[in-house]
Formats: sequence, C-alpha cells, structure tokens
Amino acid sequence: MTGKILQAQLLELIRRTSSRLPDDVVRVIEKSWRKEQKDSNAKYALKVILDNIAMARENSLPLCQDTGTIICYADLPVWLDEPGFRKAYEQAVLQATKVGYLRQNSVDSLTGKNSGTNLGPGSPVFHLQQTKSRTLTVRTILKGGGCENVGAQYSLPDARLGAGRDLAGVRKCILDAIMQAQGKGCGPGILGVCIGSDRSSGYVASKEEFLRALDDANEHPALAKLEKQIVADANRLGIGPMGFGGATTLLGCKITHRNRLPASYFVSISYMCWAYRRDGFQLSEAGKIIRWLY
Amino acid sequence: MLLEAPFTEAKIRALKVGEMVEITGLIYTGRDAVHKYLYDGGKPPIDLTDSIIYHCGPVVVREKDRWVVKAAGPTTSAREEPYQGPLMERFKIRGVIGKGGMGPKTLAACAKVGAVYLHAIGGAAQVLAERVTAVEGVHLFEEFGSPEAIWEFRVERFPVVVTMDSHGRSLHDEVLRASQAALARLG
Ligand code: SF4
Repeated sequence: MTGKILQAQLLELIRRTSSRLPDDVVRVIEKSWRKEQKDSNAKYALKVILDNIAMARENSLPLCQDTGTIICYADLPVWLDEPGFRKAYEQAVLQATKVGYLRQNSVDSLTGKNSGTNLGPGSPVFHLQQTKSRTLTVRTILKGGGCENVGAQYSLPDARLGAGRDLAGVRKCILDAIMQAQGKGCGPGILGVCIGSDRSSGYVASKEEFLRALDDANEHPALAKLEKQIVADANRLGIGPMGFGGATTLLGCKITHRNRLPASYFVSISYMCWAYRRDGFQLSEAGKIIRWLY
Repeated sequence: MLLEAPFTEAKIRALKVGEMVEITGLIYTGRDAVHKYLYDGGKPPIDLTDSIIYHCGPVVVREKDRWVVKAAGPTTSAREEPYQGPLMERFKIRGVIGKGGMGPKTLAACAKVGAVYLHAIGGAAQVLAERVTAVEGVHLFEEFGSPEAIWEFRVERFPVVVTMDSHGRSLHDEVLRASQAALARLG
C-alpha cells in the first residue's frame, strides 16, 4: 500500500471517530435515558445528548467542539515501518484539522501558542507495537480536556479515605474520584482504572481500558464483579448527567491490573466524558479496510 | 418553559433552580479574556444591561458574506468565578450560561442583582449550534481572537437548566450534599 492510500484510510478513521459515537456507547446512553424519570433534568440532558449524537453522525461533524487529545494505538505488521506509519498518521491529522474534523487543539506549553495543526511535541500520542499478523490494526481515541482534568491517581493505603491495599480500598478510591468529578467532565462518564504498576504506566493502562467495548465482560472474575458494583454504586449517588441529579452518573467502568512493587500500590483512574469517541479498523496490505472494530 | 428577551429582572427572579428553560433572543459569548478585560475596567462594546452572557468559545466560520456557527458548546464556568459576581453587579447582567456551575461569590451576586446561572449541556456542540439562528455581530475579535471574542448570537429555544437562582439556591450544592449522604450510606 502506498503512503497516500494509508493516509486516506487514516483520515477516514479520524473522521469517523470524531463524528460517530460507537454503537455500544449509544446503546448504554439510550438505556439510561429510558430509565430516567419523566420530566426530570436528567432525562432532558440525556435527550439533548442523544440528539447531538444523531446530528453529528448524520452531518459528519465533530460530536463535541473539543476534539480532545488524539491517541493512536496501532499494531504494525512487518510490511510497515514505524516512521512511515507515524508520518502517514500525522498527515491524516493535519488534513483532518484543515477540513474541520478536528479542532486546532495543540498548544505549546511554554509559549501558549497554538500550532494550528494538532502536531507538535507529544501530539498526537502514539502507542505502537509490532505484530506477526499481516494485518494492520489501528485504533483511535479522542479524549476531551474537561474529562481528562478530573482523572486521579491514589497511592494506597489512603488515610483520608480509609482505603487499604485490597479491592475494597480500590472501590473507595474509585467512588471518591466520582465524587470529585461531579458537575465536571461532562458526565455521565466512563472510567478506565488500573490497579498497580508505576505512576506513568498505570495511567497508560487505565486509558487502554477505553478500547474495550462497554458491553464486554472482564475475564478476571473479581474485577468483573467490581466493575459491575462500581457502576451500581455510582448510580446510587444521585449525581446524574451534568451533575443535575438523577440515576445516570456512570455509563461503565473498566478495570485492569498490573504487577506492582512491594512498596507501591497505585490506583490510576482515567475519566471519559459521554462523548466517548473511539474507533478502529483493520487494513490489508493492499490498503483495503477488512473490518471496523466497533 | 420559554425565556424570551428582554431579560428583565422580574422574569429572571421568577426562575427557580431545577427549571428547564429554552432561551429565545440575543445572547453574548464571553470567556476568559472578556471577563478579565471587563473586570480590569475595559469598556464593554455593547450594552450589557439585562444581558445574558454565554461562556463559550465557538467555532464560527465565514461563509461568503455571513458568519456560520459550526460548534457552540459551553466551556467550564468556574474559571470566571473571581470576575463574574462583580461584573453582574456593575453591568446588571441577568444571566450566565455555562457548564459546571459557579461558586458562592456568584451565587451571592445572583441574589443581590437578580440574576441566574443557566447550565447548558456540555459537549452538545451540534444541537446548541443549530439553535443559534444568526450571528448579529462580533466584538474584540482582533484583540482576543475568534474563540475569545464577544459574539452576538441570536438564539431560538436554546436549552438550559437553571442550576443557580436569585433566591440563594444552587443545585450544585444540593446535589453535592445529597451525594455525600448517599456515599456515607453505601459505606
Ligand atoms: S469533557 Fe467531553 S463532552 Fe465535555 S467539552 Fe470536553 S470533550 Fe466535550
């Protein structure tokens, strides 16, 4: 496949990610909308959100004006070199910004100047690895700023929360993070959580949880149970969409674990807003889309 | 319920926390740069008496001879907390639209002036842009750039929820207290 074909396919991936919420997410929002009380602020907010999702999809326009941090995950087959892939993805980002699928969203941290292209040190964010398969797999997440600001990392034990180094302690951290995020970060939200690891890898792993479909089941029984319990507990807090009050505070919670040092026990929590933009596809060596992943 | 211009003190005082309101009339965008400019004594380019300010950095593009709004969701209001109350009092601003709510200084100013905080649906850029039927002007565009300028938006049935009213009530405080109690019950 030529660089040009790859770039065109990646542009299509970015367009789809920015304008179309995955079906598994839409289904959960619809279900929540049905459950909220008639004439409540919560039902009203979810209705506006559903209308917005439909409009963005129909008109191929950004779901939210904050098109977020662009995070790219790719499994590269032997026929594709890493610098070549990066260049094609960056060119696709540049093009997507020009045509308005992405907002100009990358600011120099020292000068405050917006690059205007979404390119610059650290943007977009790449997580690349090699694969033995002949197929290229690319996933993209657009992670909004408002919800990124309410992510949190805890180091257990935590005396303020009375949280120890076990799953009961982890649950306390997660519920605390939900309380802190209320009214911020455009809820209802979705949580990605990593238990263990070091501070930086913990956050990376927590974000990777957003690649899972909302309706999948965690293969680890204890974590599967905890995920369900967190969603049930969070939705009993009464925070609701936008913090208006109501039964929908959390749409999902995905938890993973990594080994840790004996001295450390981190719980890293990433918060995703309802505008949970993720998509991905598999490409053949000839540049054909074999299938969409969500 | 419909809230139509002119936004008089009587109409605003009648609004209560939790009410779903649709705004029809002229509103002005303003975010960080505008708030700081006015707070520091800058002259408002428009008459702000009985106005509604929208915390929004919209995406607006020029199509032939007119401005078209492509996205117009709210931005986080908390950043304007130091400025909002004093500006409400100085200019008799009757309403602020944003997301995330504001603090005690603004709540006190709402009661004193007769003003409200109106919460838009965060992230709903497309629905909200559609409710902006015309752009009637833009000010401080050269000085602050497009997202920070004051845009005059003609809106029709622009959907918001009253989350802070002029009677001292804040939905944000109430939901926080209720959720703290619920968390204590969950253990
Ligand atoms: S938190 Fe999400 S929905 Fe809210 S403004 Fe940011 S990207 Fe949009």
